[in-house]
Amino acid sequence: MKKLIFDEKFCKGCGLCVAACPKKILTVGKRLNAMGYAVAECIDESACIGCAFCATMCPDCVIEVHKEGR
Amino acid sequence: MDQVVFRKPKLLNDTPMHYCPGCTHGIVHRLIAEALEELGEYDNVIGIAPVGCAVFAYNYFRCDMYEAAHGRAPSVATGVKRACEDSTVFVYQGDGDLASIGMAEIVHAATRGENFTVIFINNGIYGMTGGQMAPTTLPGQKTTTSQQGRDPKEHGNPIKVCELLSTLTGPAYIARTTVTDVKSVRATREAIKRGFTMQKQKRGFSLIEILSTCPTNFHLSPLDSMKYIDEVAVKAYPLGVYKDIGLIGEEKKQ
Repeated sequence: MKKLIFDEKFCKGCGLCVAACPKKILTVGKRLNAMGYAVAECIDESACIGCAFCATMCPDCVIEVHKEGR
Repeated sequence: MDQVVFRKPKLLNDTPMHYCPGCTHGIVHRLIAEALEELGEYDNVIGIAPVGCAVFAYNYFRCDMYEAAHGRAPSVATGVKRACEDSTVFVYQGDGDLASIGMAEIVHAATRGENFTVIFINNGIYGMTGGQMAPTTLPGQKTTTSQQGRDPKEHGNPIKVCELLSTLTGPAYIARTTVTDVKSVRATREAIKRGFTMQKQKRGFSLIEILSTCPTNFHLSPLDSMKYIDEVAVKAYPLGVYKDIGLIGEEKKQ
């Protein structure tokens, strides 16, 4: 089950999520979306703690955050 | 089983926003939608869009929206709220719209104590028209119409809207916040929620000023714009609650 789901057509590659992530597992890569922006992606999803800081700072609601329940 | 920690609020449409990368308009749009959802307001919301960058706000909210003439959003909201008393009415305005051409409308709506909520985006610059000097531009800040930096002797001093409106009798809740980090985003959501609660309890006028960025016209990266707000703009526009007459049920505690 993926923890982070990126809706890439909305992403503008501003990098606010990258700066907000406490685990430093997000990056703005080289992949472009239909608007021509480089999109944010997760490089190590196993390290994600599901804090949703990235989604809180994202201006375009790109990221949906899931967390494994108990 | 997994649980959803964060999902796009239902009150926002599935339309890509036209704002520049890193613009805080998107964050504030989402906070308004989240605050309304937390209060259980889905169907009975009417928003008033301004003139400025947020002129297309009606494309992004899944609620009834009006588009007002430049600066006249508080007047339109007055009519809407008086005609539809049970609706939750919010006004979304920028600093060029509210503090310049719409100064008369906002002051009179506030002093009458009209029962709606104003979300005031203050980035100290005219964004849509290309970075001209706004009434809220800081002294020394360079814009296309103050290329040596704003000189108070020549261009006047910036207007502090929260301080100005908090001297009036009508307003119920006036606060200034920012959205530069996770903590302040959450504080802003609480402030917006409190403004809407004031409105639901018919306490009167509420205004939340949000210090925002304009990376394109600041000529800074989105992250450096956030730093600029934290280090420079906050000193000129101190954060905090400027007026709060308290909610019903809360007064007993004090």
